[in-house]
Amino acid sequence: MTLDLSLPTAHDDSEAPGKTSKWLAVAPMAFLSMTVAIPLIIIFVYSFLARPELGAGVVWKFDPTHYVKIFIQDRLDGTRSFDTRYLKVIWNSFYYSGITTVATLVLAIPIAMWIATRDPRRRVLLVFLVTLPFWTSILIRTYAITQLLDEKGVLGKIVSFLGYKGHFQILYTPTATVLGLIYTFLPFMILPIYASAERFDFRYAEAGYDLGARKMTVLFRIVLPQISPGIMAGVALVFIPGLGSFLQPDMLGGGKTNMIANVVANNYGQARNWPFGSALSVLLCVITLVATLLLSVAARKRKAKRV
Amino acid sequence: MRTLFSRNRLVNLRNFPFFTAISYLVYFILYVPLVLVIIYSFNQNRTAQIWTRFSTRWYTDVFTNTDVVRSLKNSLIVGSAATVLSTLLAIAGALGLLRMGRKGSTFALGLLGAPLIIPEIVSAVGTLGFFLFVGIPLGHFGLILAHTAFCVPFAMLPIRARLVALDRSSFEAAADLGANEWKIFTWITLPLLAPGIMAGALLAFAISLDDFITSFFIAGPGSTTLPVYIFGMIRSNVTPAINALSTLLLLVSGLTLILSYALSTRTQDRK
Repeated sequence: MTLDLSLPTAHDDSEAPGKTSKWLAVAPMAFLSMTVAIPLIIIFVYSFLARPELGAGVVWKFDPTHYVKIFIQDRLDGTRSFDTRYLKVIWNSFYYSGITTVATLVLAIPIAMWIATRDPRRRVLLVFLVTLPFWTSILIRTYAITQLLDEKGVLGKIVSFLGYKGHFQILYTPTATVLGLIYTFLPFMILPIYASAERFDFRYAEAGYDLGARKMTVLFRIVLPQISPGIMAGVALVFIPGLGSFLQPDMLGGGKTNMIANVVANNYGQARNWPFGSALSVLLCVITLVATLLLSVAARKRKAKRV
Repeated sequence: MRTLFSRNRLVNLRNFPFFTAISYLVYFILYVPLVLVIIYSFNQNRTAQIWTRFSTRWYTDVFTNTDVVRSLKNSLIVGSAATVLSTLLAIAGALGLLRMGRKGSTFALGLLGAPLIIPEIVSAVGTLGFFLFVGIPLGHFGLILAHTAFCVPFAMLPIRARLVALDRSSFEAAADLGANEWKIFTWITLPLLAPGIMAGALLAFAISLDDFITSFFIAGPGSTTLPVYIFGMIRSNVTPAINALSTLLLLVSGLTLILSYALSTRTQDRK
């Protein structure tokens, strides 16, 4: 979620609070090595092992075919063919997360700018109201969306009141998945953009108007470039975790709109194919890592250009 | 100078087309689903969306459901233990990071922030594999380990923010007056860090209580947490009892948040 943990640190400052030792950090680092790094290594190892004849788990026998099976299917008659099922799943992850990023961006820029131009005392409350839903369990928020989108619910009634005669079905479709993702990730886009917008010096906008620029010119040529660090941070905070979404496609997509995480979960659950699930997990990690690197390189480039 | 400009800028920026309308719309979108959940929780009908009449039967349902009480207990046990452990680790991490060189702190931050970047589904199945591999039973102990891990970066955020903003002079004064390191730590560092530690602990507790994916994979039969139980309810039997339970949880997290909001604004004022 929050990518940028880097606060200014007092490097080797002899007057640092309490003369603490850097060895203090060894305790949490050792703990996270055990609980985070080792599980990752295990997933990597499992992805190269064979599955048992029966049940879940792994057999300690080298079997690198799981990665191949993501793209190629072994038919029962012994022939092999190109398999697009998992490519579709990978594509879904990028596509749904991408739409979510764009939609949250379009909604977040106006509200972030709007909050940033309110009375400073009201801003705190307005930001608080954005974060409040984020503090409720994601499970409950997703459940709330199922009730909103249900054909028997409010939305269905409004649609039929407006004269729509057909069968109203949004729930358990890809649309519902994306709507759920937008709802979940909206605060993650608003907050970093607001943080940038709040620091924006509106005298630049003034200058633009004085020189005869129109509203949209000021917005696109002056405001947006200035708040681009916030936009980049927001894009990273939405797109990257969006790739690994599990609950929204599961509860709102009705199992039809799988993303990578759903297939991983299924292989560790009902399908009982841990090695294949592990191979997909490794793939998801690689995708996430590459996306993170690309976005941070892009952010750094922007920063370098501005200085 | 400043007021002159600020008056102008308000006039001009209010004029960005549709911004006000979109903002109201966003607030509306954010709250409508939650308000609906609350309204439906008072519906007498078994199907939440079909309103018949006001009733509190689903709340009675929730309070008399022993499984709900048991899973809530599990959530609270795991959440409190993970909060204490992760906050202690986060304090140590934040203090240690302050004294590290640039390279060391980048590496340490990468490791300590890893739970934020790794997709949760991957760490969940990885933890499951790890527990089975080394023979940790699926139960409270394992849940506490896993929850502590992903709570550390959250607990560390406010503690670090507080730490780097601390005024150095108190430490120098204490050192000049002959206080030893332990005394400085307990009498000066900890009290000054207290608001950050409180905020970090609250954050960790909220994150642990809300966690679904990790708990879903590594909770054993006897250690089902509340979100995992709710997920089962949604899967098997959707009634407004889920709405009633959700409303109660909304109330708890809302109150917690308002409390921490009040705490943080108060400490800011004092500063």
